[in-house]
Amino acid sequence: MSYKAKFRVWRGESGEGKLEDFTVEVNEGEVVLDIIHRLQATQAPDLAVRWNCKAGKCGSCSVEINGKPRLSCMTRMSTFSEDEVITVTPMRTFPVIKDLVTDVSFNYEKARQIPSFTPPKDVKPGEYRMQQIDVERSQEFRKCIECFMCNNVCHVIRDHDENKQSFAGPRFLMRIAELDMHPYDVADRKDMAQEDHGLGYCNITKCCTEVCPEHIKITDNALIPMKERVVDRKYDPLVWLGNKIFKRSSSKTG
Amino acid sequence: MEIERQQFDVVVIGAGGAGLRAAIEARQQGKRTAILCKSLFGKAHTVMAEGGAAAAMGNVNSDDNWKVHFRDTMRGGKFLNNWRMAELHAKESPDRVWELEAWGALFDRTKDGKISQRNFGGHEYPRLAHVGDRTGLELIRTLQQRVVALQQEDAERTGDPEAYIKVFAEFTVTRLLKDGDAIAGAFGYWRENGTLVVFEAPAVVLATGGIGKSYVVTSNSWEYTGDGHALALLAGAKLINMEFIQFHPTGMVWPPSVRGILVTESVRGDGGVLRNSEGKRFMFDYIPEVFKDKYATTEEEGDRWYTDQANNRRPPELLPRDEVARAINSEVKAGRGSPQGGVFLDVSTRLPAAEIVRRLPSMHHQFKELADVDITKEPMQVGPTCHYIMGGVEVEADTGAAAVPGLFAAGEVSGGMHGSNRLGGNSLSDLLVFGRRAGAGAAAYVDRLATRPKISDEAVEAARQEALAPLERTGENPYELHQELQRSMNELVGIIRTSREVSEALGVVGKLRARAKNVGAAGGRIYNPGWHLALDLRNMLLVSECVARAALIREESRGGHTRDDFPVMSPDWRRKLLVCSASEDGQDVTVEEQVQPAMRDDLIVLFDRDELKKYLTEEELADFDAVAKEAS
Ligand SMILES: Cc1cc2nc3c(=O)[nH]c(=O)nc-3n(C[C@H](O)[C@H](O)[C@H](O)COP(=O)(O)OP(=O)(O)OC[C@H]3O[C@@H](n4cnc5c(N)ncnc54)[C@H](O)[C@@H]3O)c2cc1C
Ligand code: SF4
Ligand code: SF4
Ligand code: FES
Repeated sequence: MSYKAKFRVWRGESGEGKLEDFTVEVNEGEVVLDIIHRLQATQAPDLAVRWNCKAGKCGSCSVEINGKPRLSCMTRMSTFSEDEVITVTPMRTFPVIKDLVTDVSFNYEKARQIPSFTPPKDVKPGEYRMQQIDVERSQEFRKCIECFMCNNVCHVIRDHDENKQSFAGPRFLMRIAELDMHPYDVADRKDMAQEDHGLGYCNITKCCTEVCPEHIKITDNALIPMKERVVDRKYDPLVWLGNKIFKRSSSKTG
Repeated sequence: MEIERQQFDVVVIGAGGAGLRAAIEARQQGKRTAILCKSLFGKAHTVMAEGGAAAAMGNVNSDDNWKVHFRDTMRGGKFLNNWRMAELHAKESPDRVWELEAWGALFDRTKDGKISQRNFGGHEYPRLAHVGDRTGLELIRTLQQRVVALQQEDAERTGDPEAYIKVFAEFTVTRLLKDGDAIAGAFGYWRENGTLVVFEAPAVVLATGGIGKSYVVTSNSWEYTGDGHALALLAGAKLINMEFIQFHPTGMVWPPSVRGILVTESVRGDGGVLRNSEGKRFMFDYIPEVFKDKYATTEEEGDRWYTDQANNRRPPELLPRDEVARAINSEVKAGRGSPQGGVFLDVSTRLPAAEIVRRLPSMHHQFKELADVDITKEPMQVGPTCHYIMGGVEVEADTGAAAVPGLFAAGEVSGGMHGSNRLGGNSLSDLLVFGRRAGAGAAAYVDRLATRPKISDEAVEAARQEALAPLERTGENPYELHQELQRSMNELVGIIRTSREVSEALGVVGKLRARAKNVGAAGGRIYNPGWHLALDLRNMLLVSECVARAALIREESRGGHTRDDFPVMSPDWRRKLLVCSASEDGQDVTVEEQVQPAMRDDLIVLFDRDELKKYLTEEELADFDAVAKEAS
């Protein structure tokens, strides 16, 4: 059942580093993270890897396996052939701290720039009434485990540090959509999505959707509808007028 | 290297449900608050909780109220619970859940638009607020986003988002620091670069979660090395109920690398049944005397219960966890287990495939991805896994205050609330209720202080040396020690215990503690997991010793403590709590018996005499009779 696999793991600190070769035992049913742990326990005790739940629930263990963003705790060794060399590297879009661990603070900064849930002032806790069908759209986005692989893969920032300033990435554009679709949120998020968080940079390539381990339809269900809402707003003369007169309309479209 | 210094009013250690709720409270009370956690922000172990948060909102069955919830909780804990905590918990959970909704949480809904509630083991009515089977994620994300909302408010007010609440993620605390008897701060290191930091703060809230990583088969993540339990002990606080560990009946058993990962109880709450290799629904054979009148005795009645709860009793698959775990253990031991050493848990024949995917999406995903099993077509194989520790820091119910002034604890690291066994769903609500109370307790304590405590240079120097020591040694491999500890605890202080095996475990732990002094960590201070584990070992060993010592002393079986040599529950033992304390250097652990105060009169009369007589001594029953007479 068990065999020896060939692993190439990126090792190094800050900017410096290189791929190191390892030969390591693999047993039935194991995932890539198990193999990294075996390397730690037997050959490289200071090999840095981030993980927590080992059950695909926390989004800590994102790395790139043979160039593809993956959760290492959910990538089974049986998806590779026994003689394949498996290359494990850190996420490319974020600066490396050490080995497979990257500095993902970009994501936390973006999270803080998005205005929080804004319910009407007069609804008290316990008084919320929402139908299942009305919460489902936002619930899909709240399945997000913040693995940041969608932000890692999006070409707008993947090799373009210069865009990081003005682009929140799919994860946080989706957060804006989530709040915009929340039945009780009264903030106006359309202009903000476009102007402050770079929704316009997204040219709907769907790479983010493809890597999402939660299978959230980021592009189809969050980004495209959000773009439509922005467009509706721009060309709807009534809304435009409303905005002019009352500064900010709190009415929601859609 | 320089030691960094930080000053705060309240330092919260832990960013799970309890820690975040405590920090939010402290900040809302105007205190400058730090949140310290070992993982990234938003990834604490709470994220893994699946089934839901128990709160008697009465949305699905309007007969539910705090008294029913209180009774269920006490029953589940076999009446060993700190009844004041159980009371506060039952009364305040609904408000804490509703508050989450006002902060943006989106729970699943009932037809009339309220928060939906699901059935769970030991809860008389549908009571768990939930979001599919990812309730913990919703809870932690909502609290995380609430922290961000407060930071945005503070940015607007002061220009600095971190003026009043600041998160230090991937930071590990290794020591609490004191000034005389009272807390003065905390000491630890950044995982990212190994920099050491002293936090100066008059109040510290421990919210570090559990201890599962001392066992091989566990549903717990790497964070669960019992740090908070150990930090409290070393600071002079006391731990209670450490012998009570919950083995969740249903963990995955195959493949080996995922052994222990949780299979949520909602599978059974939503209709899943347990069968042995003979195809028999064996739980009907394991209904204990104390629960005989509350559970269905035939499959037909059990099945009817899912659609008509008023006229039928619930199926025994939904007995409290300790009962189900022991039953599975016995079936496997009797040779009626599944091929991979568990039993069968089946929903595939009970619900339509689409319904299974809708109600149990993570379970469907988890089995498909990790075990190549499609739970809509075939049964799962499951077995017990170390899941939750009922024991923890002894605290004052109303404020979360520990015996050391300035020290507070909430969540899984605290003890008492769940008695000898926790009901599913009662942890998430516990985190919210007592997280808030501990945050408020800490804030009030800071307000009462006349002067700020000071940290001595010697204390900092000792903490520094202790933290760096493994890096300066070329000793044993910490991973090997850890594995030995895990195997021994699993085998010798597991679900079923005997005096001989527990004594043997104590011997092993003693030897491992001696060896741990020589553990070395190769490599430097930057994100070095070998070093981190070497430091965590101290905590796991100390906590394991507490568990084993208490387990040896308690000569009865109750909840999460089953002694093969003392198989029955004893009313005399019910009133006794086992309290662990340690010498300052952590070398000596002592366990003492302490009497649990009698339940308040207005609470005890909520129970029937017939039920109480299964738990209380004759003397206590006589007291009850007097109270009941007066009340009537
Ligand atoms: C798989 C699974 C499913 C569950 N499902 C449910 C459920 O459906 N309902 C329910 O009620 N309960 C459930 N539970 C139990 C419940 O999730 C936990 O008891 C609860 O989340 C614990 O929360 P906490 O806030 O006490 O700690 P945690 O969420 O565990 O957080 C602990 C925090 O402390 C930090 N920490 C620890 N040590 C240190 C240190 N030395 N320095 C700095 N920081 C430190 C950690 O980094 C982390 O941030 C489940 C548990 C598991 C494992
Ligand atoms: S769809 Fe948009 S956000 Fe997603 S990867 Fe493509 S450009 Fe980026
Ligand atoms: S949307 Fe999906 S890919 Fe992006 S962070 Fe969330 S879980 Fe990860
Ligand atoms: S470790 Fe949590 S998702 Fe992989």
